[in-house]
Amino acid sequence: MLPFMGEVGNLAGGDNPSPEATTLSLDGKESLPTSPLPVTAVSSKPALRLSGISKRFGPLRANEAISFELKRGEIIALLGENGAGKTTLMNILFGHYVADEGTVEAFGKPLPPGDPRAALDAGIGMVHQHFTLADNMTVQENIALGTQSLWRMRLDRAAARRRIEQLSADFGLAVEPAATVSTLSVGERQRVEILKALYREARLLILDEPTAVLTPAETDALFRTLKLLVAKGLSIIFISHKLHEVMSVSDRVLVLRSGRLVGERETGSTDRKELAALMVGQEVKPAEVNPVKRGAPLLALERVSTTPYNGAGLDQVSLTLTAGEITGLAGVAGNGQAGLAALIAGIRRPTTGSISIAGREVADWSPRAALAHGVARIPEDRHAIGSIGDMSVTENVIGERYRSPRFSRMGFLNWRAARGFAEKLITDYEVKCPSPEARMRLLSGGNMQKLILGRALDPDPTVILASQPTRGLDVGAVAYVHRMLLEARDRGAAILLISEDLEEVLALSDRVIVMSKGRLSTPSSRGERSIRQLGELMAGHDGERGDHAA
Amino acid sequence: MRLEPKLAPSLAVTLLFPLAAIATTLVLTSMLVLVAGASPLSVFYLVAKGAAGSQFALMETLTRATPLIFTGLAIAVAFRAKLWNIGAEAQLYIGGVVTVVLGTGTLPLPSVVLIPVIMVAVMAAGALLLLGPAVLKTRFGVDEVVTTLLLNFIVLLFVSMLLEGVLKDPMGLGWPQSQKVIAEAQLPRLIQGKRLHYGFAIALVSAVLVWVVMKRTVLGYEMRAVGHNPEGARFVGILVNRTLMKTALLSGGLAALAGFSEVSGLKGNLTLDLSPGYGYTGIVVAMLAILNPLGVIASAIFVAGIFVGADAMSRAAKVPSYIADVMVATSLLSMVVAILLARFRIRWR
Repeated sequence: MLPFMGEVGNLAGGDNPSPEATTLSLDGKESLPTSPLPVTAVSSKPALRLSGISKRFGPLRANEAISFELKRGEIIALLGENGAGKTTLMNILFGHYVADEGTVEAFGKPLPPGDPRAALDAGIGMVHQHFTLADNMTVQENIALGTQSLWRMRLDRAAARRRIEQLSADFGLAVEPAATVSTLSVGERQRVEILKALYREARLLILDEPTAVLTPAETDALFRTLKLLVAKGLSIIFISHKLHEVMSVSDRVLVLRSGRLVGERETGSTDRKELAALMVGQEVKPAEVNPVKRGAPLLALERVSTTPYNGAGLDQVSLTLTAGEITGLAGVAGNGQAGLAALIAGIRRPTTGSISIAGREVADWSPRAALAHGVARIPEDRHAIGSIGDMSVTENVIGERYRSPRFSRMGFLNWRAARGFAEKLITDYEVKCPSPEARMRLLSGGNMQKLILGRALDPDPTVILASQPTRGLDVGAVAYVHRMLLEARDRGAAILLISEDLEEVLALSDRVIVMSKGRLSTPSSRGERSIRQLGELMAGHDGERGDHAA
Repeated sequence: MRLEPKLAPSLAVTLLFPLAAIATTLVLTSMLVLVAGASPLSVFYLVAKGAAGSQFALMETLTRATPLIFTGLAIAVAFRAKLWNIGAEAQLYIGGVVTVVLGTGTLPLPSVVLIPVIMVAVMAAGALLLLGPAVLKTRFGVDEVVTTLLLNFIVLLFVSMLLEGVLKDPMGLGWPQSQKVIAEAQLPRLIQGKRLHYGFAIALVSAVLVWVVMKRTVLGYEMRAVGHNPEGARFVGILVNRTLMKTALLSGGLAALAGFSEVSGLKGNLTLDLSPGYGYTGIVVAMLAILNPLGVIASAIFVAGIFVGADAMSRAAKVPSYIADVMVATSLLSMVVAILLARFRIRWR
């Protein structure tokens, strides 16, 4: 058992831990209560109570009169479309934003608005989707950083290490405290993030899309950890857009739509269909896949190698994309998918090997060459590469074709046509944005992605590179993107779908290839390999990471 | 303290912030005026009167604003693409050199032909001068702040060498100055008998043209995209390095026109004091205008007015005219803060 468990017990009376208490409990030796915490005894006051939270950004109502309670020892899932207000709500809870109306109460005490420090002190811990670790420091240093003065950190090293080991053992968060973070796998880094929160005596843990970067085995391990945590009295808010995960891990589900709380269900008494319908406001039909009609090979990579790019480089990769077929590329992040996407998008060139389009080798490969050969690109990073945040929606959507006669003549841009195109995309793709003149930066991720998708698919491309096309999107938008990709396939486009969401890959792909350490597996046709077999390939045949996580 | 991004500021707010910055500047500099033992109100009144209180004062201000519009435009264009051209001073002097090389009788042409020829040559020279640093930046990653800044000193020494050597006026009583340009190479006065010359009109036209380029053309679009996000620009097929080259050519050419306009419109010959730092002040002018080409006209006139007004004021109020430098510097700092406030909301704690 853990020092902070005693704190949870004390807090039944509603006390906040004083700074002294925090410092004392860091000395892990003295207070290790042995009996498990009687969960029922402390659940009289809710861990969290939100009352009437509203937040507006200009005309946009991000949150509208949201109230709910989180009991102790409970996992609630927060489901919602993109732009439904999940992130805004969590930012208010964590003190990054100040709500226009409403109050937040943690463990029976009101939380002062706009004060992240107070949220931390009240025992709220957040595990962000993008990790906030210092890569060049050890696990232990990352965990202890900021909890005490640098001088004391040196003195209490042994105690801190004991405490981290204790926490790891108690919650199945296996990680070596002395390891440098840069050497860890994504799953291990996430465990460090959770340990970091536990080390700060978090009693309420918020996890923002925690499974996005995990293999299936790592996801299972994470869920076991979460169950252990709530068994010991912690409360958890689990933000996700994957319905099957929500169903398997949560006790209760809250559904947000357009800033309002539209549904609250006990997980045991609902199903995926109902939740999906609540999120979108209507029933979502899974994409229907027509039989595949293969055409000619359109894009071929021949023994291509590249330098590393956001992970492994490509190592003698050969790949042919055929008309009318979706090729799904599965793999754990960092194994060369980013490099392959960058290569096909034209922003990287092969160091060896060749690229051919429709049987003809293209020597001078570049973004322009890719576009000229009808390759549509949906990039993985919509903020850094897919869009220019400080330019308007209109300026962004004409990006790839600003030189075409449709948008410019004799070096002058046709802003009327450009604006018309932006308005068309906004309507067709149901993009929520104030106007085509709005800066791209102000749009939510999902709306940004819709515009990037529209920009890429509008010229009716022959080859489509879709890199993580639905990451962070809501159910409705995901279904929409899937339908667009399938339609393009039926029209005869050759599609490469790179995704870390194995379900997505399996649902859409006519053949599946697994990428590991910069190499491709042999392809398997629809239904040929099981999820387990694919998982083994994803972990690399030697299974070093998969075993670790399992 | 944290900064939260705001929604796009309204036009009224955008116009209000520069005025607030000017007000802040007046408050801050009035403290210095008090220390100097004068009344701030009378000092500011004298500055305003000296800058725009009479037809003569106004003409003088506009004349002084002319080179600042050119260098301000040069900086605005370059900074928009995040090409940090600190070398407008050097480009200005090269413009002056080319003007006297071609304009002192070398080309016996009528005015309507000679002046455009000189202008084209001047722009080409300034453009080439900035092309070097741009190539070093794109090819080898050499910081253009360093190369353009250091080129200022190199070019000034080079001009000094020319004025002591091949370009030295034999009738100049030994002074390091060039011959006067011939009448055909001179820009006529805008108003008979006043110092304000056609360079001012050319500057205004240039500002409008640059505005059109930035807002309406493919090149302007590419320049802005490269400045905001080079990775994103490259992804959509913009040739980032080539765009930076074009930016350098345009920026260098505009800055060189300042030298042409000063020699051909005002001074008549090239000396080592052709510019009291117009190339550097152009940075202030561009920043005050938030890099907007039309805003450059207003900010150049404002900055020129402070310098001209401060000269008149110091004669009357016995406050050193250095106060002008302080005012310009303070207004730049106030403007930077104002831009920040226009784009972000500050949350304390």
